[in-house]
Amino acid sequence: MSWVHCERFESEMSGQTVPADFSGHMLDLDEDDDLEVFSKNTSLADGSPMPNSPSSMVNQYRLEEEEQQQDADAQDIFITVDNPESHVTAIETFVMYRVATKTTRGEFDSSEYEVRRRYQDFLWLRSKLEENHPTLIVHPLPEKFVMKGMVERFNHDFIDTRRKALHRFLNKISVHPILSNSQHFKVFLTAQELLSHKKQGPGFLSRMGETVRAVANSVRGLRSRPEEFTVMQDYVEDFSTKICSVDKVTQRIIKEQREYFDELKLYSPTYAQWAESEEELAAPLNGVASCVERCSKESEEQIQHLSEVLVPALHEYVLCTETLKAVMRRRDNIQAEFEAKNEALASRRAHQEALQDEVDGLADRVALSNNALKGDWSRWQNGMRSDLKSAFLATAEKNVDYYEQCLAVWESFLLSQRVEPGEQRDGEGAS
Amino acid sequence: MMTDSRSIEEVAVIGNTDISSTESENNLINTMVERGTTLLRKMEMNVTEAEKRTGKNTVNMQETYTVYLIETQPAETLPEGGTAATPDTLWRRYSEFELLRTYLLVTYPYIIIPPLPEKRAEFVWHKMSADNLDPDFVERRRVGLENFLLRVASHPVLSHDKIFFLFLTEEKEWREVVLETGFQDKFDSRLKSLSAMFRVKNPDKRFTALKLYSDELNSLISQLLRVRVKVADRLYGVYKVHGNYGRVFSEWSAIEKEMGDGLQSAGHHMDTYAASIDDILEEEEHYADQLKEYLFYTDAVRSVCRKHELMQYELEMVAQDLVQKKQQKEELATGTVRVFSLKGMTSKLFGQESQEQRESRLAALQQSIREGEETLKEKNTECQEFVRTAWEDIERFKEQKDRDLREALISYAIMQISMCKKGIQVWSNAKECFNKM
Repeated sequence: MSWVHCERFESEMSGQTVPADFSGHMLDLDEDDDLEVFSKNTSLADGSPMPNSPSSMVNQYRLEEEEQQQDADAQDIFITVDNPESHVTAIETFVMYRVATKTTRGEFDSSEYEVRRRYQDFLWLRSKLEENHPTLIVHPLPEKFVMKGMVERFNHDFIDTRRKALHRFLNKISVHPILSNSQHFKVFLTAQELLSHKKQGPGFLSRMGETVRAVANSVRGLRSRPEEFTVMQDYVEDFSTKICSVDKVTQRIIKEQREYFDELKLYSPTYAQWAESEEELAAPLNGVASCVERCSKESEEQIQHLSEVLVPALHEYVLCTETLKAVMRRRDNIQAEFEAKNEALASRRAHQEALQDEVDGLADRVALSNNALKGDWSRWQNGMRSDLKSAFLATAEKNVDYYEQCLAVWESFLLSQRVEPGEQRDGEGAS
Repeated sequence: MMTDSRSIEEVAVIGNTDISSTESENNLINTMVERGTTLLRKMEMNVTEAEKRTGKNTVNMQETYTVYLIETQPAETLPEGGTAATPDTLWRRYSEFELLRTYLLVTYPYIIIPPLPEKRAEFVWHKMSADNLDPDFVERRRVGLENFLLRVASHPVLSHDKIFFLFLTEEKEWREVVLETGFQDKFDSRLKSLSAMFRVKNPDKRFTALKLYSDELNSLISQLLRVRVKVADRLYGVYKVHGNYGRVFSEWSAIEKEMGDGLQSAGHHMDTYAASIDDILEEEEHYADQLKEYLFYTDAVRSVCRKHELMQYELEMVAQDLVQKKQQKEELATGTVRVFSLKGMTSKLFGQESQEQRESRLAALQQSIREGEETLKEKNTECQEFVRTAWEDIERFKEQKDRDLREALISYAIMQISMCKKGIQVWSNAKECFNKM
């Protein structure tokens, strides 16, 4: 799903109860968005059927390769996020987005749904997905706070940027072979009122307990990480620095281009002003003035394109690296937990049978998690390659287009000058 | 009879009619170069090289300076089967060009004298050097000096000047010859009078309009050059930052399998893109130089206007003086005092003068009036001649300016087109590479 086809914010704004400037209301009173939660249970908390053996899980994850072969036409669910509306209550102000779903999937009772969701709800969904699939790579959400460089003069840009990112997020989930079948996902898309669903699942305290245990396990350290995951880890580290660099360079380019554009705005009028003092020269001077002005408009469009296409794409993969690191950590923790229990089993003679069951369960869980990650890893890499390739392609195309437009402008000026009768040059005007 | 006073010497020497000993030599040169054509038709000239020299200057200190090689040869077609004649050459430094120009300014005050390239680099964008010894600056100065010579050599009046001819042909003796013309005295007094404040009663509207236009053109071109520099600076920044893509893509490609090749080669194109700005802006300097030439031309135009003002003022002074003298004569003849004069007052206070005294005074006044009338007539003629020749040159200059600046704007458009084409190429190539990702 490419993000170049997002609808523009302006078209959604007409007739909505959105104030012009949200700046006072920007900080959502979001719950703690620490997403490092996972369950000890080996059953999926949302109640969907759980395969019994690791091998059957492997089969399920192999499906994703077949998924890749499928055409976009085979996609059976379409989601849009639009129509941001500001809601004011006694204690807070926040934005609600419309989430519209069209689907032919059997598990959905209807073929169309429309719900209103706020950013907090997206956070909830994502945390649920990660909770249930700790070693799957769940696409990141846009950040909570204002991102430097992306917000210009008006805060409605921020809302629109966020909306587009939320749209991408849901579409990424919808094409994920595992995650799109999540019960939470279905609830998110269909339930008119989400609050009751949010209350289900392991409570805050039990999640705290998990976190503490996880930290304890990670302190104990990993016995030996399988080679392929070490390779993965190294890649994640490297990729993280590279993508951050590309992001920074892109931001810098936008900054330089904006400054160039600002100077160009002063350039054109100087030619026009000169033209007013001239007779013969007025036409070519005005011609140049007009060319510079038109080129500066093209430049403005180019900057906008960069901001709307390349920057969000890069930024999302910068956020992805955090997700990847978290996934690697969780996988390590699952392995660590198993290893710890396994050691305990080896040293103790009593309660062996019960402990053995537990260890077997944890061993299954390790295998499950590893396979989930392996499967999702190549899926993620392909997705990354495809997304960034299309973003870079679009940028290169836009740049070609920019230069082609400018070329046409200057060539038509040249043409207009050549049409006038050529002056006789007899060496007098040597220059 | 023209009295040999400073103010009259200072008035234009029109054409080659000065009464100096070099006139005969002038006539010799005039027969060499056909009347009505310019030197450029008979002689090719180029400033081909620049070289560093060190030597002792006037205060006996060691200095480094640049000399420029002037090559000249007859502009005849080559004989069949013959080899090209080796051109005559001599070396000149910038200060000698300045000397030549000052001479021309003084000798032809009714002509808009072509300007020299700037003494120091101005309107510099940050990457360009402001150092006079920098090779790029020297190169651009070389081009500017050649341009100056060509302008003078193609001028209908200036190209016939003998001092100019010697500048091109006589390396060693030239300095003495030019100083012998005594133009430096004229220069000092001219400088003094041109900076003086005076008000003309009946200004020539055409010259007033021209001075106004010239001042405005000066400020317009200055502003344009300033803004252009800022734009160039920013554009430089944009291109160079893309070079960072080159480095990062290259590093990134090392950790990728499928994406690696595409990223790597795209990175190379980003490097190419970043490097291309240097040539682009170098070319744009030529455009800036063309604008600068006309910026400096405005000073020359202004000088001619000021010179005319001065002539007009002096003419008015002479006329006024004559009127006063005539009135004095009338008073003296009729015995009435219409205009206050000190002499009249003193004679009233200290008694009448004798008839004899009166008559001798009258005679002196008569003489003075006759002389004054002659002077007025001459000054009038001079002024008219100045106006005629100046306007001839001004019209010529206007046409030249319109032609040259139009060509400059066209060449600017061509540069932009070339820049766009390069951009299209690079980004199309990059696009191909991204496609391979």
